[in-house]
Amino acid sequence: MRKYLIAIIFFSCWSPHFVFANSLYPLDSAKKNAQFSYLLKNLRCLVCQNQDLADSNAELAKDLRQRVYELVKEGKSDSEIGDYLTSRYGDFILFKPPVKAATLLLWFGPLLFLLSGFIIFWRTCFKRVSYE
Amino acid sequence: MNRIGWRIIPILFFLLLSVLLWRGLSLDPHTLPSVQVGKILPAFALPELIHPEKIFKSNQIPQQVVLLNVWASWCAACVDEQVFMMELSRKGVPVYGLNYKDNADDAIKWLEQWGNPYKVIVQDSQGKTAIDLGVYGAPETFIIDKKGLIRYRHAGIMSQKVWADEMAPLMKQLDNNG
Repeated sequence: MRKYLIAIIFFSCWSPHFVFANSLYPLDSAKKNAQFSYLLKNLRCLVCQNQDLADSNAELAKDLRQRVYELVKEGKSDSEIGDYLTSRYGDFILFKPPVKAATLLLWFGPLLFLLSGFIIFWRTCFKRVSYE
Repeated sequence: MNRIGWRIIPILFFLLLSVLLWRGLSLDPHTLPSVQVGKILPAFALPELIHPEKIFKSNQIPQQVVLLNVWASWCAACVDEQVFMMELSRKGVPVYGLNYKDNADDAIKWLEQWGNPYKVIVQDSQGKTAIDLGVYGAPETFIIDKKGLIRYRHAGIMSQKVWADEMAPLMKQLDNNG
């Protein structure tokens, strides 16, 4: 008996997200469930800006959650839902900014820094050898 | 010069980054650029607040430059703005209201208390039109031109300064350009 109780407590600690996704927002397939929770984790709440939509309790977040739920239920793809939201709220709503001209430096800047570091390092070493 | 040429690059990068980050400190993360500016006002058909049996459609807004103000009776900041809205409507600026996620009784009581500057108020009790507009809080104010395009969005309380510096000149310009 005690064993079962421990098991129940153990699993109830584990599954709040799962329960939340299913009881409030029932979806007909596991795939849609996964899509729904994936989207909510990757969309920003615009009111409390460092929270995602899954986390936030702001009124707007609730509405947007509902809207995303309806779109997932209709069978819309991730990119369609993303477009729906960015056409209204801009790229800011996505935690991961899309790759485009304005964000090239953001995406490839680190690579640029790494490369220039290598070049500086290479040239410094190279020069040092030639002095000897 | 050539010998220090390469080594100065990281320092330049550092300075550039410092300037960017320093500037970032004084930016308000809550002023988000609106992607709606330049787009057509999203179509809506919502019940009026005062006459809920009447449905007001977005294309019923007359072909003139108007303000669309998103407000709610639960929104404390809207009270601060209302005095100014009343002043604008007395000056003859056409103001339309979108009552955002509100209870109609509360909203009407609120108007009796603070005044009603609006030509027409529509009820967006579900907040769906507000999502189409990209609203993330009340109050927000939009300038809609004669063709029904959104030309300006101000999030937050409208102040005399914003009005005089940006909105009034833009409205005048839109009025003249047809």
